[in-house]
Amino acid sequence: MLGGGRGSSQIGSIMPVPCSSCDKKPAVLRRPKTGHSLCKECFFWAFEEEVHQTIISAELFQKGETVGIGASGGKDSTVLAHVLKVLNERYNYGLNLMLLSVDEGISGYRDDSLETVKRNQQQYDLPLKIVSYEELYGWTMDQIVKKVGLKNNCTFCGVFRRQALDRGAMMLNVDKVCTGHNADDVAETVLMNFLRGDIARLRRCTSIITGSEGAIPRCKPLKYAYEKEIVLYAYFKKLDYFSTECVYSPNAYRGYARAFLKDLESIRTSAIMDVIHSGENLSVKEDVKMPTQGTCTRCGYISSQQLCKACALLEGLNRGLPKLGIGKQYKLHNRLLKKDPLTEEQQKKLGAVTF
Amino acid sequence: MCEAEQDDTEQPLLRAEAIAASVAQKCMKCQDNSAVLVIRVGDAFCKSCFKEYFVHKFRAMLGKTRLIFPGEQVLLALSGGPTSSAMLCQVQEGLSREAPKKLRFCPGIVHIDEGAVCGRSLEERRATLTQLEAIFQSSGFPYHIVYLEEVFKLPNSMLQSVSSSPASHYGENYKEAVDGFLQKQRETLTQIEQTPTVVEQLNVTDTEEQVQTKLAQLHICDLFGKENTGYTFTEASTSGKWPFNLTQTEAIKELFSSIKTLTAKEELLQTLRHHLLLYTARIKGYTKIMMGDSCTRLAVKLLTNISLGRGASLAIDTGFSDNRYGDIMIVRPMREYSSKEIAFYNKLFDVPNIFTPALDTKANDKASIHRLTESFVNKLQSDFPSTVSTVYRTSEKLNTVSSDFNCGAEQIDKCLLCLCAMDTKVEKASAFHATLISEKLSLKQNPDQMLVKEVTEPSCCGDDGVEEKGKCCGAHSEAFCSTDSNRTTDLLSMLCYSCRLTVKDMVSLDLLPQYVLSEAERRKRRAQVREQIQEFLLAPEEEVDTTSS
Repeated sequence: MLGGGRGSSQIGSIMPVPCSSCDKKPAVLRRPKTGHSLCKECFFWAFEEEVHQTIISAELFQKGETVGIGASGGKDSTVLAHVLKVLNERYNYGLNLMLLSVDEGISGYRDDSLETVKRNQQQYDLPLKIVSYEELYGWTMDQIVKKVGLKNNCTFCGVFRRQALDRGAMMLNVDKVCTGHNADDVAETVLMNFLRGDIARLRRCTSIITGSEGAIPRCKPLKYAYEKEIVLYAYFKKLDYFSTECVYSPNAYRGYARAFLKDLESIRTSAIMDVIHSGENLSVKEDVKMPTQGTCTRCGYISSQQLCKACALLEGLNRGLPKLGIGKQYKLHNRLLKKDPLTEEQQKKLGAVTF
Repeated sequence: MCEAEQDDTEQPLLRAEAIAASVAQKCMKCQDNSAVLVIRVGDAFCKSCFKEYFVHKFRAMLGKTRLIFPGEQVLLALSGGPTSSAMLCQVQEGLSREAPKKLRFCPGIVHIDEGAVCGRSLEERRATLTQLEAIFQSSGFPYHIVYLEEVFKLPNSMLQSVSSSPASHYGENYKEAVDGFLQKQRETLTQIEQTPTVVEQLNVTDTEEQVQTKLAQLHICDLFGKENTGYTFTEASTSGKWPFNLTQTEAIKELFSSIKTLTAKEELLQTLRHHLLLYTARIKGYTKIMMGDSCTRLAVKLLTNISLGRGASLAIDTGFSDNRYGDIMIVRPMREYSSKEIAFYNKLFDVPNIFTPALDTKANDKASIHRLTESFVNKLQSDFPSTVSTVYRTSEKLNTVSSDFNCGAEQIDKCLLCLCAMDTKVEKASAFHATLISEKLSLKQNPDQMLVKEVTEPSCCGDDGVEEKGKCCGAHSEAFCSTDSNRTTDLLSMLCYSCRLTVKDMVSLDLLPQYVLSEAERRKRRAQVREQIQEFLLAPEEEVDTTSS
């Protein structure tokens, strides 16, 4: 029996169970989050209402703002775009919504999902802007993976994408960016940061709005929505999305955290929210050294080191030393800036992977 | 275990960089003897250097935290398993050394027999206890065996908050305490040896004695030589009767079988275990409890607690010192030993230990959150050997939100069961708030639904065509008899986030031990009284009870 549900829910029962919310229509689904059986309309209402409550209680938006929705064509961003549009009309947020998409240059994955985004743009009638790694950095993910291998490529993609989103947002002149990170993502991040011992990120990762002075704030309206509920919502609303795993992701460290979280959820459905609750209530000792915020000396982007991560990674790629940005090579940043040649041994360590 | 094979793939793991450690290597410390084992990722030690390393770690742990005062009564909580047996061995080792470096506290041993809930028969329990008693007796320390059934005999004042004694344990006092102790030692050496009066008489009354003042004093503990080893207080000699009756065994079994999930069972068991330890320490006059939690176990516990929603109390649950009870402090001196080191030590030095089956023995990986986390961490550790130490170091950087229970400025609410600070303040944008909203939205707007009381106005009733939800329908409210649901609601409101999840998995609250229920009642009455006079109170008071109600 799953913990947390109070309604009378029967798994796989043939006999119609009434919806535990309106008690009139028969239930067609069981909510993964609470275990209650609901009919379609009550589920839609509950889901949308929860996102609305998240937005209101965290005061994510102001009236009249322009908001860029990070759209990848996947389920999270499709549902996000849909729900925001619905809520914007229903509750008069007064927002100006736009779609913002990033093309990493992963053949067979990203080009298909971009087609989905273009379809979304027509369906929801929202302006769309696509920025690509090729035009911003001169490298596509396919080219990067050929140099780096399959283990650390997610680092490159993640760092580049964050900057790409910001650049695109600046080009569109938006006030805020929202992404479709869901509860599972946030919980995975908490677990992953714990396993990696990343205290600085642990403090920040559960914030619903991230971003600092000078940067465009970024928020996660779907922060408390379970991934399974997002899928259910998209399914019943017949929303169109692209549903494949990125081809380069299987060896990522996050996979371990994800598998663990999935198992946790099967033991106790509220585990995802419990992990987020734990993450929010963590308190770090004051005397722990935290990275200070500065700017990158090369591109002016916000960074805690002299060179921001994207510049360091790019430098590595351009020099044929792709591992330059991976791992604790901070000392080399100074040498990079001074354009000193690296020793033979350092070159070998940072060199490209040979297959 | 030993890194015997070369790893020739280009993975940036530690393996590729570690020297292939084979047994023919020399010990890295003395460079003299040949190594017999490898710990961590390539540190080879010979037997004697390993022993030195092991012993030194224990003493360094106690020394740098400066929390164990000389002459203090410390209770060792031994389960018989490898880590706690190693701990006993270290304590014996430390107390037997030559005078200047001797450890200076007075240990006692406690063992909790949980056989009732693990499905063991009385004969099996007796057999295990006989073996354990043999070990305890050979150590020479006074030992007490407590049974889980005795949880029903705990006094009603058990869970009341107690302030810690004023003479505790700030760094400045430590040096004075040590100096004072040494002084007195020199004095007593010249006197006739007297019968020590420090160890409290065996007192099996149910009333909690006011031992705070006594505990604050420094005792002189007479540990010269092994001749004073007559304190083998037992509460059940193996030939005598059990100090509980069969109804209590049945009651505890019923309590545990009424819990639906193994996770909740394990949590409740841990809570009851802590309460029993606390009670034993209080009535027998101990001020500290030493628990045998190894680094690996603590890393697993850390991740488990995150998964259970105990993020606010991570530092307390896994730190070196745990001060949540106020008068008794729990310390974990084994927290820097990995389970591998302990296993090696036990093997090389023949440390006796006994395996007792626990609640989750032979359960599959997904039976409970604890089991799942344990298998996850172990698997991850084999791929990434630094996982456990990284998690451990992360935990050292955490602290609790309100770590000083003595400051009377604010009334700190504590959870009824685990006695940690409450983390259920419903802040506007928090996971907890979101959970309450979800509960509310999935059910009819029903006045006697449990959690609706905590979310004030149902202002988000949509008016977009969904039907009105005002009326109570008979089908759901029948399940909730009003007094029962009120009591459940009241109890839940006194629990922290994760204890709520535990209790929600229980079928009936009546099976809980009496002291829990009566404390809940007492708190409720006090809160009602406080509500009546709220407007006349000026400063928030310190919620400390020094008198039993």
